Order: sequence, then C-alpha cells, then structure tokens
Amino acid sequence: MQTVHSPDFKRNAARALADTGLQKALGTAKGAFLMRRASAVAALPEFEQLRDIGRDIKNHTLANLDFYLETFAANVEKAGGKVHWCSTAEEARETVLAICRSVGAKTVTKGKSMISEELGINDHLEHHGITPVETDLGEYILQLRQETPSHIIAPAFHLNREDWEADFRRLHTHLPKDRVFHERADIVAEARSTLRDKFLAADVGITGANFLIAETGSSVIVTNEGNGDLTQTLPKVHIALASIEKVVPTLEDACNMLRLLARSATGQDFSVYTTFSTGVRRQEDLDGPEQYHVVLVDNGRTNMLGTEFQEMLRCIRCAACMNHCPVYGAVGGHAYGWVYPGPMGSVLTPSLVGIDKTGLLPNASTFCGKCESVCPVKIPLPKMMRHWREREFERHLTPATQRSNLALWAYFAKRPGLYRLATRLGIGALHLLARGKGAFASLPLAGGWTAGRDLPVPQGETFMTAYAKSQRAKGKR
Amino acid sequence: MSKEAILNGIRRGLKRGPLPADQQAMLAGRLASHPRHLQPARAQLPRPQQVALFLRNVEKEFGTVERVPHAGAVPGAVADYLAAQNLAPKFVLAPNPELWAMPWSERPMLEFHSGRAEATDLVSVQHGFVGVAETGTLMLPAAPTRPTTLNLLPDTEIVVLKASGIVAGYEDAFDRLRAENQDALTGGFMPRNVMFVTGPSRSADIEQTLELGAHGPRRLHIILIDDDPAALPTDDQA
Repeated sequence: MQTVHSPDFKRNAARALADTGLQKALGTAKGAFLMRRASAVAALPEFEQLRDIGRDIKNHTLANLDFYLETFAANVEKAGGKVHWCSTAEEARETVLAICRSVGAKTVTKGKSMISEELGINDHLEHHGITPVETDLGEYILQLRQETPSHIIAPAFHLNREDWEADFRRLHTHLPKDRVFHERADIVAEARSTLRDKFLAADVGITGANFLIAETGSSVIVTNEGNGDLTQTLPKVHIALASIEKVVPTLEDACNMLRLLARSATGQDFSVYTTFSTGVRRQEDLDGPEQYHVVLVDNGRTNMLGTEFQEMLRCIRCAACMNHCPVYGAVGGHAYGWVYPGPMGSVLTPSLVGIDKTGLLPNASTFCGKCESVCPVKIPLPKMMRHWREREFERHLTPATQRSNLALWAYFAKRPGLYRLATRLGIGALHLLARGKGAFASLPLAGGWTAGRDLPVPQGETFMTAYAKSQRAKGKR
Repeated sequence: MSKEAILNGIRRGLKRGPLPADQQAMLAGRLASHPRHLQPARAQLPRPQQVALFLRNVEKEFGTVERVPHAGAVPGAVADYLAAQNLAPKFVLAPNPELWAMPWSERPMLEFHSGRAEATDLVSVQHGFVGVAETGTLMLPAAPTRPTTLNLLPDTEIVVLKASGIVAGYEDAFDRLRAENQDALTGGFMPRNVMFVTGPSRSADIEQTLELGAHGPRRLHIILIDDDPAALPTDDQA
C-alpha cells in the first residue's frame, strides 16, 4: 500500500499554504467545479429525490452485500470472466501480477483508478519488470513526475499549465526541444499522440470500476477522455479492480447512481463515456479482450460494516465533498498524506489505515457541513469525523496540551454563569485591543491561527446577550 | 480462501449468518423484475419534442447533427460532412447489413473498408443502436456488426441513427437491449461491451479547463434518419 504521511498533516498543510504554485492552482480550479455542479443540479428538478433513492439503493445493497457479490461473481463467470476475491492489498497485488505474468506481459496500460493507488499496483508491477503506463491525462503527468494524485477525479488538480509544458518538454525527448505550446489543446494533443502507441502495444489493460452490476456481472467505468475504454478494449486481457462496496443490484439501480455521479463530480449531465463491460469478447466479435478478470478487494471494508462508519461505504467517489471543502480548498490533496483526501478521506483513511496514524485528518474540518449537503448519497461526513475524534480521545491519542485545554474548556462549559462572564470579558478585551479595526491580522498567543487567516473582531456582545435581547424584543411585540 | 473470508467478514459485520431462503428469494425477485426508479420528467415528451431534445443535448455536448429523410441519403450526407470538415473521403464502415444496403456507389469518391477500426483509420461510420434524449447520449452495444474500436480509435466518428431509436432515458435504452439482443454466451442480453457516448472525447485535467479530443474521437457527428413519421418535427416546433 501507499505509505501513510497523514501524521505529518500539520507540516504538510503549512507547506501547502506557503506553496505559491499550489495556491495558484487551487485558486484557478476551485470555482469551476462548484459552478458547474450547481448549474447541473439546478437543471434537474428531481435531483434531491434521486439522492434519497441513491442512498437507499446503497443501503439495501450493503445490507445484502454477501448475496449481491455472489450473484455478481456467478454472472461474471457465466460470461467467461473470472473473479478473484482478495482480502488484502498484498493479495490483490499478487493476483494482478500473476495474471500479467500468465500472458508474458511487458507493458500494461491503465485507466484512472483510486483503488489501484490504494493497492500500490504500479510499484509492484514495476518492481517485477512490468511497465505500467497511466493513460488518463492527469495520471499520465503524475507518473512522469513520480507524484500521487491530489484529487480523486482530477488527479493533477495541484498543477498549473506551466508545469505541464515544462514536464512534457523535459520528458518527451523524442520531440523537438523548441516546440511551442500555443494552447492547452497542444498539450492534450501531444499526450494523445505519445500514448497512442502505448495503447496499441499493451498486453494487459487495467481499469477500476465505478460500479459492478450483480444482475449482469458487468463492471462500469465512467470517463471523459476515452482512455479507459481504449485500455479495456485493445489489449488481450482486461483486469477490472474493484472494492466490494462498488456493487449495485441491477442496471436500473446503476442508472439512478449515474444520474447522480457526473453531476456531482464534474457538473456534467453525463460523462462522455459510460461503459459496461461484461465478460470476454464474444466468438464473432472483431475486437475486445480475450480474458476478463475482476479483482474484488476488501482491504478493510468488511471491518466498517456494522460500525458507525458503515454509511461511508455508500461513497461513489464523485469528489463533491472535497470540491466544496474549505480545508481542501486551502491545502489541496497531498497534505492529507494518503490516497483519499478531503472530507471523504478524513473518514475513510482512518477506517482503512488506523486512527493512530491519521487522527489529525478528522480534526482538519471546520464542520461547516457543506460536504454532507452536496454528497450525492447523503453520507453524514461531519458526524463521522466527530466519531473519529471521540475514538481518538478515548484512546488517548490526542496531544496532552489539547487534552488539558479541552479540560479547561469543559470546566467553564459546565458552569454557564462563569462561561458567560469569561466570554464577555474576552470579547470586551478583543474589542479594546482592535481599536476600531475590523479584523486582526496578528494576535498575541494566537500567531498560529492568524498566520493563515484574519480573525474578525467581535462586534461588542456575546451571542447569549444578543439572543436574550432579541427574545425580550419579541416579548414586547 | 479469501472468498469465504470476505463473505464471513460481511456476515460478521452485519451480525447475521447467511441470508435465509425467503430473503434470498425476495432479492432474486428484485433482480428478476429489476424495478425502475424515478424517471426525470425532462425527457417524458411527445415523440417530436423527444427527438428535438436529443438533438439539442447532442449539440450542447459539442456533437453535431444532421437529419436526413431516408437511408438513401446517408452516403451523400457522409460525403458532404467530410468535405465540409476538409477530411479525406476515407473511412471504416461498421460491418452492418443496414449500412451495407445504403447506396454508397452513388458517391464514388468515398473509399471505405468494412470491419474493426485500426490505428490508421481517421474516420469511422458506426451503426447507432439507441439515442437517449435525456442527455443526448448514444447507446452503442458491441456486436460483430458494431465493433467497439470504431468508437475509440478514429479522430472522427460518424454515427448513423434512426429516429425510431430515440428513447427518453437510459432505462428505456436497456429495455430495447433486453428485448432485441440475444447473447449466445450467457443466454442474457449484455454483449461484451455497452458504450454510452455523450459528445466527443474531452479532458479538463489541465487547470480544469475543457479541451476536446483527448484519447477518443475529436469530432462526433450524428446522421439521423427520419424513419419515424410520429417523430417528425411538428409545425409549431419550426
């Protein structure tokens, strides 16, 4: 599995805030996703109902997961495919390697897949002399740069156009050094022509799966570029990697989920290519793979069933939560230190790699609730982050200063009179200190807080005083 | 073995044993009846408006369209489109009897071979199965007569679709497939590959800005044959 850098979250975040290139990229990209999602959702009046249905479909499936997985596997085999059940990442890596070796594979093309990142497929293949080639444009440049994705649907979210041009010039040595990139389209065209030969030469194609369909034994991928389709169509072997919670019962269930996915993810009504793969090429077919393998991965998911984190298994990896997250928007994906960033990562990562290494993630939240409000399957992400904080506290993983500060806060919180007095005094002091300014750019004892943002000056009275005043005013009317 | 480990892990998590027979029968019933969920109202329209919605959505997604009155007009439409795009009049044609029956010899400049697409093919003429009005999406199920590579390798894909093939939603498209496709291998209806295609290939991986023509076709052109009198544009639409 990918190394976990989450214990360094604070250092990563500080570095991210100071990284001007990253801040520029985040600034460029942030608005686009929000606007597109909002307009796609506004254009479909049924969207809210579809979210409820999506949540119910996933809940129904999870409650009967054993049945639907066995049905799925039986139907894959009926269509000439093979299902490999893998409990651990190691088992999945070995399975993929064994399939590649069985056909003497030298190169393997890959569609974008987060489970492949989670399992560490590329390193494993490379270590054993097989060359994996990422074909999604974003994944491709990250492979060239030896980086990991910073976003689950837009892997190169952290890069600017200048980075693309510089890397292509540095690494595509087969092309003239002094060529000019007039537009972004020139960069896309160069990747297209460079990768075309790789598609044609690959022995094995590895994709992920957005959904698995129990009824038909199909794996579904959703892409805009067409790279995933070339990957699963041209080589003689197609391997689909999927975690167990990807299954839905029927095509009709998948249709409902698909109406949610593209709108929530990129703000498109539908992605350009949504493709259902079922088994091997048929006898009379002129193209398609001769072998079809589904590597079905648990890697910690079954441990989430029956816990307060079960609902996280509804996630369809659309990235709406991170697109709308103020923390993700400020620090980007790499700061989170593992495969899945943003709110969904802050809940999922502790489940998969342990809270001992990842306790900072569920704390990296303002609890603004935006993530839950845009989640297409209504996962209560803030609630789950709170559960993780509780578990972290129970297990004494929280730092000592934080624990003593919390104890101090609790002392006041349990004594309302004292609490109100203290807050009134604090607010008054801040007000005086501000001397008419609207916000503090720096503040003694709170330098860490004001380094990244300004603290608005309190406007004179506590919430309780203002509330009591408004209640009295109402009483008079 | 891991299959048992995973299944047991699921049952342990859900705090139950294997599902009882009646529950299994209920779930098998749900699979057999595969009930539909909510269908968006936007595509539940009279036929002429449904076809118009399909075409509008194709164009919204950067595809192009041309309506022709009958199958005999397709070769001319193909030739004119290629000329207008300044493309060589050469293409790979889906090995489909309906396409073969069209009067290609009327346009002797057109040069084509019939089969799967190769890396050298710059243009394909594909057989459309169904068009989904809801989002302007083509359903292209793989078949010996409809090779998948035609949707992927060429720079330009031209899809010939009949107006009678336009439906409201994706579920209606699957219903057509359930009714019309017999898969010899599985006894079911799913072929190896069912592609839903909405516009030409694109990527927004560079600064979240859309660029057309990533790895699949840069152009998607649909020639719609008006074979359905009930779906023709009505006067009030014109």
